[in-house]
Amino acid sequence: MIAAQAQAQPAAAKGECKIIAFCCNYCAYTAADLAGARRMQYPPNVRIVHIPCTGKLEMDHVLAAFERGIDGVLVAGCLEGGCHFMEGNLRAKRRLEAIRDILEEIGLGRERLRMVNLSASMAPTFVQRVQEMIDTVTRMGPSPLRTPAPSAPERVGTGGLGPVVPGAGD
Amino acid sequence: MIVASRKPISDIKRVLARHDKVAFVGCGTCVTVCLAGGEREVGIAAYATRMARKIDGKPIEIEQVTIERQCENEFIEDLAPVAQRNQAIVSFGCGAGVQALAERFPEKPVYAGLNTQFLGILEEQAVWTEKCLGCGECVLSDFGGICPVTRCAKRMLNGPCGGSTEEACEVADPPRPCAWQLIYKRLQSIGQLENLERIFPPKNWAPSWHGGARTVIREEHRIAAPGKKSAAG
Repeated sequence: MIAAQAQAQPAAAKGECKIIAFCCNYCAYTAADLAGARRMQYPPNVRIVHIPCTGKLEMDHVLAAFERGIDGVLVAGCLEGGCHFMEGNLRAKRRLEAIRDILEEIGLGRERLRMVNLSASMAPTFVQRVQEMIDTVTRMGPSPLRTPAPSAPERVGTGGLGPVVPGAGD
Repeated sequence: MIVASRKPISDIKRVLARHDKVAFVGCGTCVTVCLAGGEREVGIAAYATRMARKIDGKPIEIEQVTIERQCENEFIEDLAPVAQRNQAIVSFGCGAGVQALAERFPEKPVYAGLNTQFLGILEEQAVWTEKCLGCGECVLSDFGGICPVTRCAKRMLNGPCGGSTEEACEVADPPRPCAWQLIYKRLQSIGQLENLERIFPPKNWAPSWHGGARTVIREEHRIAAPGKKSAAG
């Protein structure tokens, strides 16, 4: 299910960068929710994916997101030592470091993936981290793996009135 | 068990330069346990390779399949259709697995996705250490189950050399415990210190790999007629 969510693209104007933020339920997602409740403004270029714990995140999920052309991935978890599941965020930290090495090796750049730690009340920090990530990724440029968006299908019919059905309502 | 590590993606990419449709084959036994070539690791390597090739402007199609063991014909047979529909195979098994696939699919290039390293055990989560180098003439019974051939940097059979400092070997880098210190403590705890009074002659390396690649035949279990020459070298 995480994989399915990660495939959804964030809203962004054409040409702008897109990032996914995997947020753990107990801290980061709550902080993001608080940011929303407080009407804190931040760019729409981020798609938030709600996960139970950053330790649940498989390396596959992150790699799949990059393969589909996402420009950056932010993984937000609890403060170290404060993970609801004790050490999920510590496991995530090591796994993500290994993926950063892979990203560097294949030429995408390790900075496109970042893990941050914050607590549930740290809504301004969440907003700041998202903004930092967007700034970093914008500076690096769009992912070379971006596939061009499929072009919209042509409308057929009578100039906006829809197709004419013979014999209907004449 | 056999311990191995994945080759860098750049190495894997290099050998696949002339192909655009390949199969990555994992192994479900030793390399799964040492987190190098199992189903999950094959998936990660496939993601990384596809992305690297796409960035280079030469997309590659990778079929991923993991079989129980790559050193047994019964499991390798299942790969026949996979080999048929791909231009090449990258084996994420140990060196034996890579060669087994290469022998059974002689018309397909078979490349190695791992560097096979040693026979060892898991010390703690994600840490493996070498225990046995397969010398062919085991002396573990005389040394309390600690192998001086593998774990002493100088391969001494009549140690210690006296150079250890604070239980660490003087020449090992990264630092490792002095094998003879471990042997002494162990023999002491099992009450067999007198074993150390025996003088061992220089090791005969002929039974090890140094005498050439080895073959083991157990005649009592063979199916062919007794005395019949085997197909193996």
